[in-house]
Amino acid sequence: MRFAVAEFALVLRLFRADLGHQTKRIVLTVLAIAWGTLSIVLLLSFGEGLKRSLNKGCRGMGESVGVVWPGATTKAWMGLPSGRPIPLKEEDPELLRRRIPEIAALSVEFSKWAPVTVGTKTINTRVRGVEPEFGEMRNIHPQAGGRFLNDRDMAEKRRVVFLGEELAKDLFGTEDVVGKTVQVNQSTFLVVGVAQKKIQMGMYNGPDRNQSCIPAPTFKSTYTDAKIENLVYRPVSIELGDTAKAQLYRVMGAKYHFDPEDTRSLGIWDTREMQRINDNIALGLQIFLGIIGGLTLLVGGMGVANIMFAVVKERTREIGVKMALGAKARQVMLPFMLEALLMTVLGGIVGTTLSLGIIGIIAALPLKGEAFEFLGRPTFSPAIAVATAMVLGTIGSLAGFFPAKHASSVNPAVSLRYE
Amino acid sequence: MMIQMTGIRKVYNTGRIEVEALKSIDLEIDRNEFVAIVGPSGSGKSTLMNLLGCLDTPTSGLYRLSGETVGGLDRNRLAEIRNRHVGFVFQNFNLLPYATALENVELPLLFGGVPAKERRERARAMLAKVELADRMDHKPTELSGGQMQRVAVARALVNRPTMILADEPTGNLDSASGKGIVGLFEELHAGGQTVVMITHDMTLARIASRVVQIRDGEIVDDQRAAA
Repeated sequence: MRFAVAEFALVLRLFRADLGHQTKRIVLTVLAIAWGTLSIVLLLSFGEGLKRSLNKGCRGMGESVGVVWPGATTKAWMGLPSGRPIPLKEEDPELLRRRIPEIAALSVEFSKWAPVTVGTKTINTRVRGVEPEFGEMRNIHPQAGGRFLNDRDMAEKRRVVFLGEELAKDLFGTEDVVGKTVQVNQSTFLVVGVAQKKIQMGMYNGPDRNQSCIPAPTFKSTYTDAKIENLVYRPVSIELGDTAKAQLYRVMGAKYHFDPEDTRSLGIWDTREMQRINDNIALGLQIFLGIIGGLTLLVGGMGVANIMFAVVKERTREIGVKMALGAKARQVMLPFMLEALLMTVLGGIVGTTLSLGIIGIIAALPLKGEAFEFLGRPTFSPAIAVATAMVLGTIGSLAGFFPAKHASSVNPAVSLRYE
Repeated sequence: MMIQMTGIRKVYNTGRIEVEALKSIDLEIDRNEFVAIVGPSGSGKSTLMNLLGCLDTPTSGLYRLSGETVGGLDRNRLAEIRNRHVGFVFQNFNLLPYATALENVELPLLFGGVPAKERRERARAMLAKVELADRMDHKPTELSGGQMQRVAVARALVNRPTMILADEPTGNLDSASGKGIVGLFEELHAGGQTVVMITHDMTLARIASRVVQIRDGEIVDDQRAAA
């Protein structure tokens, strides 16, 4: 250690001396390392940005929620045949809320295509009848100044409507429409809120942005023949999702007489699956991008090794002198390894600084469009910093090790006569 | 006996040709001797110097330095022995060009693992001894040939080696500077330091207390000067 500290001062001076007469070569090599670092940092940052967008998009339909549809049995059970349809009935939500403590929130969902009219403009769109929990679960949040449906809306069967932001814009030409009225199926409804913009990747019956929600009781009194289309629920925690699902099959199976193992009797879309798949895709992508960046950096590392081999050759005589004075193999190698590492670190610093600049510029650009929503926000993270530092360190050490090993194998008797 | 060489043979194998540089050397050097090894170029004196300085190992024969048998040691052990027992002085000085005089003198102590403070003090004292106290922070390029060689002598002495091994120490110096270095060696010898000097210059060799002549890989003459 003592040797390393004393030697480091000498290495710095050596590096300065090298810089003097090998300027171009060293600058090019440091640039190559910087370029490699730039590509690895940028690629990983794009990957990270993409991962976060995917995550956000994934949560767009709701975080770890389940959507339950009516299905049909695929097994005979207790004397009843397979292929028997299993419905969702009015009393079921209450039953599930009461019997399954693992379910934190639940909402029914009715839906129908209906004309929505403002003045002379009519748009045929999907109108949903839902309960207040629906908004929170499905990640549908009101813009400032508005609200989602509430309990009083339910109790009083109010004629109020919550609009998707795109639908609002299509109807009114603006999203600032709280307090205005629309005609839904020829009845007048008061707009109480407009949804915030969001990225939504998972959906059923189309994206949320051009739909409207009205209170479920209002929906039932408007369309008296309406049947529950599906239920949306959220487990108490992500970990309890599987228990909640199993409980749901058990409770419904007991009521409608089907095998709780027969998962086709009720269709459940568990968005946790989607999140898991997404996480795996993002991880795979990160690894892939990391490898590409790493390979680019490797080329820079070869440049460093190349320079160091030249430096070793140039300093053959000096190596011999040090050996004559009693330098051991380790003491001969260390300066070369330090010098290689120094070049690599220098390149790494330049590259990282440049990439942070580029990331900053991209973040400041007003990029519009669907593609940019996913790609346009490269994000630097501590994990990327650690990964880059580790790759740089490894490559720098290797780039120094082999030339240094070569140096330590020099024959002092021969090298002292080397000109 | 400080240096003991028995039946030392060295063969260089350059491709298909084998060159027998040293045939069979028997040489003993005692503490506080000043030995000049003289011979024309190609006589094998450089090979002998490499073996004496543990820079190379003999093909066969026995070499004992200060009681340690040198043959068969690995590179790191040889490096340790050089560090402790041998102080080299070269014809072309071989100072590190980017380091100051002081740092050059510190090098053997650095390799020997001497703590920084002690290193600095001993190197300073040694430079003062060769009368370069005012040149400690100069780089080799800022020194004259004679001064550079004196830095090299200080470097050779700083680890208190068993012997100083000098290879044509005046070869690259003008006669005045050369005399200065020779004077320095005589002084060291008078102070009890063992010095082995390799040269082709008979007149230079005469200042030594013992002259060993080598020709064609063999010792042909070994004379001690009358005390």
